Amino acid sequence: MSSPVVHAHHAPEGFIRKYVFSLDHKVIGIQYYFLGLFSVFVGMFLSLLMRFHMVNPTMPVSWMKTLWHTAAAGGVMTPELYLSLMTMHGTIMVFFVLTTVPQSGFGNYFLPIQIGAEDMAFPVLNMMSFWTTFLALVVMIAAFFVQGGAPLSGWTAYPPLSGAGRVTGPGEGMGQNLWILSIAIFCGASLMGAINFIATTVDLRCKGMTLMRMPLTCWTWLVTAILGLLGFAVLLAAGVLLLLDRIAGSSFFLPTGMMISDQILSNHKGGSPLLWQHLFWFFGHPEVYIAILPGMGVASQLLSTFSRKPIFGYKAMVYAILSIGFLGFLVWGHHMFMSGMNPYSAMAFATLTMCIGVPSAIKTFNWLGTLWGGKIHFTTAMLFALGFVSLFVTGGVSGIFLGQPALDLYFHDTYFVVGHFHMIMGVAAIFGMFAGTFYWFPKMYGKMMNETLGKIHFYLTFIGVYCIFTPMHYLGLAGNPRRYSAFTDVEYLGGLIPVHQFITYAAYFTAAAQLIFLINLFWSLKAGAKAPVNPWHATTLEWSIPSPPPFDNFAGVHPVVNHGPYEYSVPGAASDFIMQTDAPSATPAEH
Amino acid sequence: MLLAPVVWALTVGVAYFFFAKTWWFPPPINQHGQAYDEQFMRTLVVVGIIFILAQFALGYVIVRFRDDGRRATYSHGNNRLETLWTSATALLFLGLVVMGSKIWAGVHFDEAPPDAMTIQVLAKQFSWSFRYPGPDGKFGRVDLKLVNDSAGNPYGLDDKDPASKDDIVSASLKVPVGKPILLKMQSRDVIHNFFVRELRMKQDIVPGMEIPIHFQADQIGIYEVPCSELCGLGHFQMRTTMQVMSMADFQAWQAQMQAQK
Amino acid sequence: MGMPGLLTHDVLKGPPPPPVEGGWGGDGGSDGRGSSRKASFTALFVLLAASTMVFAAFTSAFVVRRGLSDDWVSMPKPPILFVNTAVLILSSVLLEIARRQLHSGERSRFNAWWSAGTLMGILFLVGQAIAWRELKSAGVFMATNPSSSFFYVLTASHAFHLLGGVTALVYVDVQALRLSLGPAKRTAIDVSAVFWHFLDGLWIYLMILFYVWG
Repeated sequence: MSSPVVHAHHAPEGFIRKYVFSLDHKVIGIQYYFLGLFSVFVGMFLSLLMRFHMVNPTMPVSWMKTLWHTAAAGGVMTPELYLSLMTMHGTIMVFFVLTTVPQSGFGNYFLPIQIGAEDMAFPVLNMMSFWTTFLALVVMIAAFFVQGGAPLSGWTAYPPLSGAGRVTGPGEGMGQNLWILSIAIFCGASLMGAINFIATTVDLRCKGMTLMRMPLTCWTWLVTAILGLLGFAVLLAAGVLLLLDRIAGSSFFLPTGMMISDQILSNHKGGSPLLWQHLFWFFGHPEVYIAILPGMGVASQLLSTFSRKPIFGYKAMVYAILSIGFLGFLVWGHHMFMSGMNPYSAMAFATLTMCIGVPSAIKTFNWLGTLWGGKIHFTTAMLFALGFVSLFVTGGVSGIFLGQPALDLYFHDTYFVVGHFHMIMGVAAIFGMFAGTFYWFPKMYGKMMNETLGKIHFYLTFIGVYCIFTPMHYLGLAGNPRRYSAFTDVEYLGGLIPVHQFITYAAYFTAAAQLIFLINLFWSLKAGAKAPVNPWHATTLEWSIPSPPPFDNFAGVHPVVNHGPYEYSVPGAASDFIMQTDAPSATPAEH
Repeated sequence: MLLAPVVWALTVGVAYFFFAKTWWFPPPINQHGQAYDEQFMRTLVVVGIIFILAQFALGYVIVRFRDDGRRATYSHGNNRLETLWTSATALLFLGLVVMGSKIWAGVHFDEAPPDAMTIQVLAKQFSWSFRYPGPDGKFGRVDLKLVNDSAGNPYGLDDKDPASKDDIVSASLKVPVGKPILLKMQSRDVIHNFFVRELRMKQDIVPGMEIPIHFQADQIGIYEVPCSELCGLGHFQMRTTMQVMSMADFQAWQAQMQAQK
Repeated sequence: MGMPGLLTHDVLKGPPPPPVEGGWGGDGGSDGRGSSRKASFTALFVLLAASTMVFAAFTSAFVVRRGLSDDWVSMPKPPILFVNTAVLILSSVLLEIARRQLHSGERSRFNAWWSAGTLMGILFLVGQAIAWRELKSAGVFMATNPSSSFFYVLTASHAFHLLGGVTALVYVDVQALRLSLGPAKRTAIDVSAVFWHFLDGLWIYLMILFYVWG
């Protein structure tokens, strides 16, 4: 064969092919991004309802009665409604925001470009992965509308509460079934995405783009894909078994001798609720690294770009990403210290958990090292990257308490845990997404976002999230249990209500501040200032192509890479950045 | 650049409430609790230093290295520094776990002392029951089919078993002060969790398993026991108390409960 | 393009072509045909890794459940399972012979052997359905005991994978019989065959699990 037989595809025509069933990784990335954006607002709305109820447990609210005739009859949220909102809040945020936007949103858009490829390895599979995710979201939201409503067992769905059926509570009927089905569909979508990310990174890098010249974002997308591949497979298996317990009378997770609502459940025997926890957290822990790794990649990218300095310790950063990925599979038991599992294995998990703190610390040191000696430009994107570092430190250090089983004896299932994971996932990861948005928006749309609005939004949000989530640690110190719909029945919680009120007001305030972001986003889409090809004077491949990029990214001309990804302020160079595709020249030894 | 003072202000704000102990643990009532508090303080000091230093450093680099015209340093890193702070972190984190292991061992590896008083705990949606063996020292036979919550028989005690007749079932936990207690915990339906702040202890109660936990309460008082594992819509109401009393009072209470039968 | 075309688009069209002067993989070595083949194999191994994890999860659940209470009763297994196993192994052998034939350029022999292998694959699924029916008429259902629960879950999951495999085999077969097997489709043949052999190996593993520990 003189020339390749296969040709990828020519530019599609027609609205459906261009914007709906597009095979273009850029369009698919944007589709994922907007699915995530929709989901985050749904999730935020649910959390505001929760926060309202926690500090006003008996106050009737007329519009609540309109939304939920039975579950909020009389305008007061019932405990089961609260728990179902809590379950859906967690589920929607973790799956449809944190697992989609950083990876499938930004990763889909920028992985192929950053490694010099025309598209993902399997464009049709890519399209299918988005629509499968969309289907999963539809099924998930449907759980709100079936009889009994959405499930109330939390995003962690521990059986027997989630496994014994309707008897354990409203929402545990069809709602829980739909939840499991949605997650199973999501697992399939994740698998499809993982195949593309891995095959693309392994096989489609352009000439000169060795693994050690890839931007750190590409490393995080690769490791995240591997985590997702192996983790979601296990979640799928667990979900199948749980569904069978619910509808086929099996007893994988349901023990003998259960008596619920005066009924003896004699058809279930011998199962193990702990087995679910092991399977779930074997997925669940890698999942949290899936949520944070791409944000770390973005932070690295931006800190380097806006300090005009190479990333401090690129190799160490790569090893840190790989270790976090690998160790992430070995620490799941730290979610189960109090579960009744073997206490010796708890010590093993604790040791491994402390080990995983090390690569995270390395990354933090290296971010600070990158900034040290730099020439920092405070764009909105950079502010979010810096905010990410601050939040990652705060969220991460509370993990040092929780990773010790001895201390978990008090903190398990208190607001200390809620504060910890929200700081790290609900905020740091979100800041990674904001940072990515402000950084890449000019490339994606050929327009600049508004910097003033961006900075206002940043400061309000940064202060706001500290006000929401740090007090939760104090609540934990005082022993405030989590997943309580109201604090009316435990006396010592009475004194903590003012803290909850503060958190609730901070939540309203911070949620309102997100409107600034929405205004900025949509207004800039419509009327933002025209963006140059490389507004940030950055070095990676996406900044060498037009804004927005042409259909096939590199317009038929394939890039050849001669430099590492972070060659800023190279002594003797003509300008303070050398693009990866610049001609090779005599510069000091570099990677 | 404004970010630096914002970060520092937030750091001070966050740290303040830890120093001031505005919202804090209640005082411990057992030796394990005291050991717990020591380990907590050790961790807090380490974490506090890391937290304050890291946020301070972040603010510092933001101020010192903001763009003021000079060129950035070209550096790909420093292997020696990298090795140094990696080893230091590893040692620190692992050290903390090792130091805490004795506390964990005291709760979970060590058996309850042979003279511990055994009390059974039954958790169910959404209430607690505690069973005492009575003067014969034996727990009588129970049968799920005999369970009748409204008639006050949550355990399903079998009247035909003579050992059951003197069993005391209470909705709250009563224990004598200064005596080792062994709780044997079961759940009738879903997962629950027994938690007493002042003891610095909690334990999931899993249906299908009998889970032991032992402690010794050294201070008289009434302490709340809020269920600490999501168990359904009544989770927030599933609360009881642990009352620690003098041995004399405890025996009087037992006698009173027997008399009421 | 029609539905089958859409489904096979990625495997056949492959990823975008490499530059004329360079290549993919960062080393500028291979040609377009080679790289799309390489990507397809990467994708296959990624898929196999995920499938392995699913069955690893089921296996660990199996092991845990078996060790839990003493209510593990070994499930009586219908002897047709051995016949099905033989059929599946045979199908793999036939597919391999077909591939060798293609290698030597014997297109029509390839068609025959591949069709035979595909047929054996379908026969396996039929045999599994018969096995299930035999169990049901013996009163062994999903909820009968933990052993039977796992049997049904594992065989159903395997069969689900096999359905995908059969679809791939049938697709190749149809293309072969239409005599439209171009070089790009060779990758489809090899990928399908390897996937099939994996399912074969997986089945043997499951048989060992059932008969030794089930």
